[in-house]
Amino acid sequence: MSVRVFIPQDTTALALGADRLVMQLQALTQGMDEAPHIVRNGSRGLFWLEPLLEVETTAGRVAYGPVRAQDVESLLAAGMLDGDQTHPLCQGLTEEIPYLKNQQRLTFARAGIADPLSIEDYSNQGGFKGLQKALTLSPQGIVDEVKRSGLRGRGGAAFPTGIKWQTVLDAEGADSNPQKYIVCNADEGDSGTFADRLVMEADPYMLIEGMIIAGLAVGASQGYIYLRSEYPQAQVMLEQAIAKAESAGYLGDAISGSDHCFRLEVRLGAGAYICGEETSLLESLEGKRGLVRAKPPLPALVGLFGQPTVVNNVLSLAAIPYILAEGAQSYADFGMGRSRGTLAFQLAGNIERGGLVELAFGATLKQLLQDYGNGSASGRPIHAVQVGGPLGAYLPESQWHTPLDYEAFAEIGAVLGHGGIVVFDDSVDMAQQARFAMEFCVAESCGKCTPCRIGSTRGVEVIDRLIQGHNPEADLELLEDLCDTMEDGSLCAMGGMTPNPVRSAVNLFPEHFSALAETVSTAEKASSGGNDHA
Amino acid sequence: MSEISEFDSAVIDASVDHHHARPGALLPILHEIQSSLGYIPAEAVAIIAKALQQTPAEITGVISFYHHFRRSPPGRNLLQICRAEACQARGSRELEQHVQTRLNIGYHQTTQDHEYSLEPVYCLGNCACGPSLRINDEVVGRVTPDQFDQLLDELGTQPLEVC
Repeated sequence: MSVRVFIPQDTTALALGADRLVMQLQALTQGMDEAPHIVRNGSRGLFWLEPLLEVETTAGRVAYGPVRAQDVESLLAAGMLDGDQTHPLCQGLTEEIPYLKNQQRLTFARAGIADPLSIEDYSNQGGFKGLQKALTLSPQGIVDEVKRSGLRGRGGAAFPTGIKWQTVLDAEGADSNPQKYIVCNADEGDSGTFADRLVMEADPYMLIEGMIIAGLAVGASQGYIYLRSEYPQAQVMLEQAIAKAESAGYLGDAISGSDHCFRLEVRLGAGAYICGEETSLLESLEGKRGLVRAKPPLPALVGLFGQPTVVNNVLSLAAIPYILAEGAQSYADFGMGRSRGTLAFQLAGNIERGGLVELAFGATLKQLLQDYGNGSASGRPIHAVQVGGPLGAYLPESQWHTPLDYEAFAEIGAVLGHGGIVVFDDSVDMAQQARFAMEFCVAESCGKCTPCRIGSTRGVEVIDRLIQGHNPEADLELLEDLCDTMEDGSLCAMGGMTPNPVRSAVNLFPEHFSALAETVSTAEKASSGGNDHA
Repeated sequence: MSEISEFDSAVIDASVDHHHARPGALLPILHEIQSSLGYIPAEAVAIIAKALQQTPAEITGVISFYHHFRRSPPGRNLLQICRAEACQARGSRELEQHVQTRLNIGYHQTTQDHEYSLEPVYCLGNCACGPSLRINDEVVGRVTPDQFDQLLDELGTQPLEVC
């Protein structure tokens, strides 16, 4: 039997030439007695090594990366197809690469191992075990299991998933047997995040399984995955996976031979960041402008088309099969305090070893940046780190020891959000980053509430004046006041959290605002969490 | 081009027929029209409004709300540069300057020869390997200004000469 070679087909591998690599390998091995069998797997999430080529051997899979098309000839000559480990691109056995080996992969345990669309591979690796378990439980039994796991929404708000499900399970609506929906928020718009995409491209059946279980738990027969249009590859994978799951009997009228029904559809967003906010997302799914809705009523009670609706992030739903299959306690055993389980951290931006790092809560940012990230990609000192997307604070070195835990981050006025970590070296201009935060809010505000719609425009103007430095004390006071107004007066997190990056840039990196460097009082520094960074 | 072609009109009718009975049909209809024609012709608005029993103003409001939907035909190639923070940290600000100078257009514009349209995008999900851009449906990572020039050459067209 010919040797199996794995070359990923996820967005990052493709963006770095994986298809060209496949063509080159095919061209150079054509006519060989034992031409390799190329499997297009998902990515392991070790993006710094993409395209990561793996060769199956009796000792395990041997990794080579990053492999460009022009490297294939020398790799073949060195005996890559026999698992040779002398070539400079060889990384040894994949499972032994420390970056991967030291992680605590629960949600991403299967990522990159097999062809993401093979239902057989998925089942052989423990897939659908959670669903089989769920089919033996009552709806309340499933909800109780999720509650016991301590899982909190992975989209950013960290609301307990089990409690949300309980609300939908108990929702009566206008009639006693209302139509309910499961909506997966796959509008992963935060810069520095790609974990949802990796789930959808590397292990789509896990998300599908999680959504079916959610349907069983709350009594919903229809699910929608609201996917951002910027993810064409994820769309291809999801649509094929849904079609295959339907023909295999996991979706449709009688899921796994039971009398339960669940249908699933992918709906595409259209480039609006705000549609990652759950009520805006529901408006968009209904075919409207993505204007944020006032809460209450909660979407759990009055959600999609006015019906009780579970809206969960991809990672929340993807954690469900493990929780059902292995038991709530097994999941809750990971983590610290009220942050249970694991979080998929995403190392991005100016970092040498960017990629997905799934760890139990409690590691520190410093550990991630050094042990996994190996410093900046440019080789210059890391200067600022933005955690939790465009609405998250910029953290100076003095804060990198903070444990990665929802509560610990809240205490320093920062957010973990969806786990995105964007690294900047010392060439960054923090004044421009503060300005960009407001500019982004101008571009992406839905426009429904004034503090966000107008506040962001005024924010850009006042930061521009602050940079020019004619009257910095007055402008700083105005900016503070504006940030207060946006924080307190906005309908949702878009306007409410845009002040996070702005305030952190101004307060913790004052030396980037030349006019400010002289005027920021020590009292302000102290109240903003200290700045021993200068 | 004041009137749309028969082909365009058939595409619009087919897209409306295909989706109008689905709950929340408007975005699927708009996506199908745009992926076939490259944009949403003004003539589509009244047809969609009638099928969905909505007003033309409502349909126009939705089209204008979403960055993805275009109301004019794009160039032969649609270029999107990621402007989000992770790509900024890897030099996307320099890249966007280079691209704009090279093509001699700004964001939301199309080159005179109709070869390229340039749009900003806030995140392509390739944040560990930026700066990223998307050419039609293909994402490209770690793009330097030199590599961008090479990509343009590979697209097999004559770039505009800029003085």
